[in-house]
Amino acid sequence: MLKLIKFLIAGVIFGIILTKSEVISWYRIQEMFRFQSFHMYGIIGSAVVVGIVIVQIVKRLKLRSIEGNPIEIEPKASGFIRYFVGGSIFGLGWAMTGACPGPLYALFGYGYTVMIVAIFSAIIGTAIYGLLRDKLPH
Amino acid sequence: MIDWLSQPWPWYIGGPLIALVMLLMLLFGKQLGVSSAFRTFCTMGGAGKYIPFFSLNLKEQLWNVAFVAGIILGGWIAGTFLTTDAAIEISEATVNDLAELKIDPPPPSGALIPTELFSWDGLRSTRGVVFIVLGGLLIGFGTRYAGGCTSGHAIMGLSNLQWPSLIAVIGFFTGGLIMTHLLLPLLLNL
Repeated sequence: MLKLIKFLIAGVIFGIILTKSEVISWYRIQEMFRFQSFHMYGIIGSAVVVGIVIVQIVKRLKLRSIEGNPIEIEPKASGFIRYFVGGSIFGLGWAMTGACPGPLYALFGYGYTVMIVAIFSAIIGTAIYGLLRDKLPH
Repeated sequence: MIDWLSQPWPWYIGGPLIALVMLLMLLFGKQLGVSSAFRTFCTMGGAGKYIPFFSLNLKEQLWNVAFVAGIILGGWIAGTFLTTDAAIEISEATVNDLAELKIDPPPPSGALIPTELFSWDGLRSTRGVVFIVLGGLLIGFGTRYAGGCTSGHAIMGLSNLQWPSLIAVIGFFTGGLIMTHLLLPLLLNL
């Protein structure tokens, strides 16, 4: 249980950041997909630039996790269809709800309780994927 | 301090902080990712008995449940203690585009989303069901098919310079642009 608390705290920090930088706003996502503001591109872009530096530092200094294990970043399996088609299907839902998975939870916590329905639907969507997995091209 | 935190955070604060959360997760021995919790919830619901994809060792996956529980709590903290009454300042061009779709501009109450679509009342209309339920289904299906969402692919994956993540992010935008520019006008008329 104690081991899980650190992830809860990381989630709290992440939730506050997503909310206060307005990543969870449907309006901001619309603005992004209409290329009418730099805001979302600035957030994702600066996160990735800082992230690249962080990953390089972690790898070159061979940093270890707080439990003392080497930090290894598992590469994703190679492929094209699953990433492009799966990504596009997610993109359709992202532009509809104006929220990717993190923001769905943050919006629910913020007080938009109806988002629990979207979260539940996403769980069902994941179950449908699990059911069809063997029949889908990857 | 609270006043300052309560203002909307600019992109150059939000973006780098997100990268620091990614670092925090690496130090905790995990990779930043939110959508995998949907899979864990399927396992918790007993889907592993019927679908092998969900027969996971629950103990090893509970961290992502703790993480999303934290995100809910973080949203609540921000929404309870760190709010402003100012309307979200989206661009004039977006306000005009949305007006053409008969969506009101962000209200001065500081609302983050159009509640005519996303509310329990909204859920009573076909349009609301489509936006909330179908939208959620697409998110759950698509993220697992692609093996990650904005956090796992766009932030963690691109930071690690992974090709699959770049393909996935191009997919995210392909779907998003199709929805925004082609399908949204039709769906809003439901």
